[in-house]
Amino acid sequence: MGELLIGLYIFVLATLAGREVISKVPPTLHTPLMSGANAISGIAIIGALVVTGGATSLWVKVLGTAGIVMATINVVGGFMVTDRMLQMFRKR
Amino acid sequence: MGSIAQIAYLISAVLFVSGIKKLSSPATARSGNARASLAMLVAIVTVLLDSRILDWTTVAAAVIAGAVVGGVLARTIQMTAMPQLVAVFNGFGGGASAAVAAAEFVRVEGSGASLGLGDGVTIVLSTLIGAVTFSGSLIAFGKLQGIVTGRPVTFPLQKTLNALLFAGIIVVGASLADAGIGGAVAPLFGATALDIGSPFFVALVVAALVLGALLVIPIGGADMPVVVSLLNSYSGLAAAATGFVLGNWILIIAGALVGASGLILTQLMCKAMNRSLGNVAFGAFGTEGQKARVKTGERPVRDVDAEQAAMILAYAGSVAVVPGYGLAVAQAQHELKKVCDLLEERGVTVRFGVHPVAGRMPGHMNVLLAEADVSYDKLLDLDDINAEFDSTDVVLVVGANDVVNPAARDPDSVIAGMPILDVDKARTVIVMKRSLSPGFAGIDNDLFYMENTLMFFGDAKDQMSELVREVREA
Repeated sequence: MGELLIGLYIFVLATLAGREVISKVPPTLHTPLMSGANAISGIAIIGALVVTGGATSLWVKVLGTAGIVMATINVVGGFMVTDRMLQMFRKR
Repeated sequence: MGSIAQIAYLISAVLFVSGIKKLSSPATARSGNARASLAMLVAIVTVLLDSRILDWTTVAAAVIAGAVVGGVLARTIQMTAMPQLVAVFNGFGGGASAAVAAAEFVRVEGSGASLGLGDGVTIVLSTLIGAVTFSGSLIAFGKLQGIVTGRPVTFPLQKTLNALLFAGIIVVGASLADAGIGGAVAPLFGATALDIGSPFFVALVVAALVLGALLVIPIGGADMPVVVSLLNSYSGLAAAATGFVLGNWILIIAGALVGASGLILTQLMCKAMNRSLGNVAFGAFGTEGQKARVKTGERPVRDVDAEQAAMILAYAGSVAVVPGYGLAVAQAQHELKKVCDLLEERGVTVRFGVHPVAGRMPGHMNVLLAEADVSYDKLLDLDDINAEFDSTDVVLVVGANDVVNPAARDPDSVIAGMPILDVDKARTVIVMKRSLSPGFAGIDNDLFYMENTLMFFGDAKDQMSELVREVREA
């Protein structure tokens, strides 16, 4: 089975798994869900590290580095702000 | 990629899914977020150990720069500005995916090899989705921040332009992805299939950036929850597409999770406004023309001052508060909390009814109330609070309008079928509002003229401070 097809299997199954767990998140937490999901979309950092790490030409390096910076902002900022919000949700 | 790395990525994937699962309750959500960030850390450490990094200095500098910017933004942002921040982060996520796909394109081009069909399609898709997400998110940020007008921007032939742009993107994308199509298209530009790579790729990026901006500008401020959710979904899909480019499963899994999350929220937001996604995207809702038709103030209303409102609230058995975006604009949530505390000290039961589209992104109002120290078990969603209004003495509506408009029950109304908070079923309704002006839907609100409704006119913050004083004395 080709790599693309395996990827497609994984993509579809992960989407279904995601739909199951995410549909159980209550409306109260939808903003933290979104900012947390946002941080997760910073997973592009993995791709950015791969291309930048192996870069031998200037343009690849420039694009890859830009990718690392943007993805890291997304990851670090996203998880931190989600934590900041969630610690405000308290029961009294 | 080594097997150990693959196992580490699998662990990361499990941590991501189980972390999100913990978001199903406010009690466990914080540890869920910590788990998801651990998942990210596992993936990052894995890729650093597993791949050959030629230039550690550049990589470290880029990571530190990003971490500092992200950290400062996360710490300093005001909770009212959360939608803007999420929009910007969405944009960066999309931008990062597009940058990675572009870097991969340059690398393959530079090596002299031709893109295979599979690589070609995935690189084109990843660049396209990433770039659309990037520019669309920046426009959404501009609208939320007030840099770009919040009104829908429309111009003649807008849809035609979008369609042409999209058709152009398909032709350029197909030419890049498939050598056969590229060979057929290239002579039209007086070139050969081998020369069109770089210029066509640049054209693809530019066209995608323009398309992203054009797709968001016609959408009005009130529809921002839908747009932000949709862009959130795109940022995930862009990351997943990048995973296909690099043959990296963790990117595909994490991207798919975000894609699913954004899509679910998009559907929920559309449902809460009773509109289809197509209608949000192309409807240009809430334009000037609609507002001009409304005549308000021709029917009598009953109004109260702070002292009277305080009396009614203080001597009620149960109070339900319905906060809308106006509350956040006025920054009156802390004063509101004080009023509620004073009422509870007197033995009044206080709860909050939050409509899904209250605020500028899904769940925004809940965060603002949590920030003001409201206990989360008092925040009820639409169905739960609607079951309670019958037995509620007083409802205090603050800065909300369309979501409490009984016209939604009238099949001929423009908001017909929109799920609303049935506040008119309570014994008394106090509406705190600047004037009788219509909300985003641009229609008059029958609630204001009902027998059991009292209008409490004024700025939410000033009036709420008044109310704090009066309730204390009542």
